[in-house]
Amino acid sequence: MASYLARRLTLAVPVLLGILFVTFALARLLPGDPCRSTLGEKATDEICDAFNERYGLNDSILEQFRIYINDVLHGDLGESLKFGRPVTELMVERLPVTLELSAFAMLFAVLLGIPLGIISAYYHNSAVDVGTMIGANMGVSMPVFWLGLMLSYLFGVALKDTPFWLPPTGRLTAGVSIQPFYEAWGWNVDGDALTFPGFIANINTLNAILIGDWNGFRDAAKHLILPAMAVGTIPLSIIARMTRSSLLEVLGLNYIRTARAKGVKEIGVVGRHGLRNAMLPVVTIIGLSLGSLLSGAVLTETVFGLSGVGRILYDSITGRDYTVVQAFTLIIAVVFVFINLIVDALYAYLDPRIRLE
Amino acid sequence: MTSNNKDKPPASGNEPLLQVRDLKTYFFTREGTVKAVDGVSFTVRRGEIRGIVGESGCGKSMTAMSILRLVDKPGRIVSGEALFRGEDLLKKSRREMTAMRGQQISMIFQEPKSSLNPVLKISTQLLEVLRVHRDDRSVPVKTEAAVEMLRGVGIPDAARRVDNYPHEMSGGMAQRVMIAMSMAYAPDLLIADEPTTALDVTIQAQVLDLIRKLRDDRDMAVMLITHDMGVVAEMADIVTVMYAGTAVEEAPTIELFEEPLHPYTRGLINSIPVMGQVKDRLEVIPGRVPDLIDLPPGCRFAPRCKARIEHNLTRCEIQEPHLIEAQPGHRVRCWLYESDDTV
Ligand SMILES: Nc1ncnc2c1ncn2[C@@H]1O[C@H](COP(=O)(O)OP(=O)(O)OP(=O)(O)O)[C@@H](O)[C@H]1O
Ligand SMILES: [Mg+2]
Repeated sequence: MASYLARRLTLAVPVLLGILFVTFALARLLPGDPCRSTLGEKATDEICDAFNERYGLNDSILEQFRIYINDVLHGDLGESLKFGRPVTELMVERLPVTLELSAFAMLFAVLLGIPLGIISAYYHNSAVDVGTMIGANMGVSMPVFWLGLMLSYLFGVALKDTPFWLPPTGRLTAGVSIQPFYEAWGWNVDGDALTFPGFIANINTLNAILIGDWNGFRDAAKHLILPAMAVGTIPLSIIARMTRSSLLEVLGLNYIRTARAKGVKEIGVVGRHGLRNAMLPVVTIIGLSLGSLLSGAVLTETVFGLSGVGRILYDSITGRDYTVVQAFTLIIAVVFVFINLIVDALYAYLDPRIRLE
Repeated sequence: MTSNNKDKPPASGNEPLLQVRDLKTYFFTREGTVKAVDGVSFTVRRGEIRGIVGESGCGKSMTAMSILRLVDKPGRIVSGEALFRGEDLLKKSRREMTAMRGQQISMIFQEPKSSLNPVLKISTQLLEVLRVHRDDRSVPVKTEAAVEMLRGVGIPDAARRVDNYPHEMSGGMAQRVMIAMSMAYAPDLLIADEPTTALDVTIQAQVLDLIRKLRDDRDMAVMLITHDMGVVAEMADIVTVMYAGTAVEEAPTIELFEEPLHPYTRGLINSIPVMGQVKDRLEVIPGRVPDLIDLPPGCRFAPRCKARIEHNLTRCEIQEPHLIEAQPGHRVRCWLYESDDTV
């Protein structure tokens, strides 16, 4: 098991390098001039020469890539061409917002999708099943930002003054703040040392849990419900459908019949024998739907007034702010590889045949 | 104790353990009603091996599954009785039925490897049967018990084998595991549904020997389902021959082979491969099992029956014959033996 995971981990290195190179090259192959989109159309050639020289943009792409990799390996993601600030700083501000939203959306999708799939499979062709599947089929074809708008209208406007009202924008109610955990714990951090704690502290719900601020947690979580529903609906639908079809297939297999013939109760037949086997493709699909989930999060943030990576990524791409685009791509790729590693580990845990390969 | 004298064929004097009466299990599909089991009756006695034989699709497995109430939708047991020690299994609650399975009635299947859960260790699967049926939930089940179970079915190196997963075992080994599992509570009845069909010949003989030995040791009744007349000849004390969802002949094994009455049975017996002789089974019984949705009106075997033509029988395609006792203890469903006054 450990060696299996070690092998997977080694495989991740070339994958990450490849992703780095492709984004790096793509960003530079895009038509458009970083100098003029940063300094304005009126910048003279001399100014731009100086600009390009300063940011190393006159070197060959390969040389630039070498320098870049070297920097990245030393933890330096560069400086934004446009904001003139270290990219890591931007990241500490923006990334937690998107990751928190994605995590909540995934939680919503998994915690609802798997039970719905199980019920649909077990009572297949029943009203519950048909209803769930119609819902799921509608869910996958729903544009995320549109769903976001509808939800924020429904819960934020139409249901105003009812107990069902939910905050349609922002991360916390005005006036509410959650003390960063490192302050509460009396840590003495600032400057560069702040990067990681700052990142964690900016994940509001996690920070609130760390310091046990339940009111803060409730407020932060409440703000996440609508965006998480919007972003999570597509993965929810995909997970419910996959769980259903996978479990349906498994429930028809011989060892399920054996379990029943042994005198195992239905709950054990489905839970112990059915689910564990049926989860294999579901785990895969969860890993895969993370892609659509992240892009959904990026698209939906603006609808809910969240300043995550969505806006900044869009601005950086149109503004040819190479370092920012690269840095975020890299981070998203790392998140992806990491999640896939978890998926692989789960797979190996679930299926002994894989461990032995 | 009932008599367990192996010299004398398990006599019909033994008390009946299972009595299946006029069992009907239909599948309600979009294409129509599949009459998979259509009025089957037989008795299994203590210490007896009851063979159920017939071609693929004639309803053998569904008969067995109906007894354990394991028929899945769209199938349903439509009518009949399955009296086990005098109590009708078909009338029991789901909970009572669950408690009986694996404890008083066990079942083993064809394709043993796929009958074991691929993601659970052998020990887990063996102990599960102990776990679900134990009276006192606070008593833990010990791995040692699983090792004992494997030893009981003659698996060498049992202590190591319990840690295996099914994919690490051969088919024969997996079937032994299945048997070990089914023997956990010394059931009164073992239903073996083509237990050796997926195994090669030497392993087949070993598994059959094991079943016979367990029957002898424990005075257990066995319902042995097979399509192989060779297996029937070797194992069964008494045989029911099934065709298209009904029993067409029933007799003690020796009698059945010495004097098969039904043309279908004769065909089956002739289809047993004889050493050094290659036979095409289709040549022996031409045609195939009828569609169980659109059954022919008369005798279900009529379209394939040579005897019907040889004897120039006209009723066969109009009216279904009855299962009559042609000779003492030997029943057959065929117009060749049924006279007008029995109708
Ligand atoms: N789910 C189902 N839907 C419709 N018909 C079914 C279903 N399951 C079984 N049947 C029908 O029931 C009939 C009896 O099946 P059964 O499995 O009992 O046959 P069998 O005698 O055990 O054959 P085999 O030797 O192939 O195992 C078959 O003809 C099959 O068409
Ligand atoms: Mg069968």
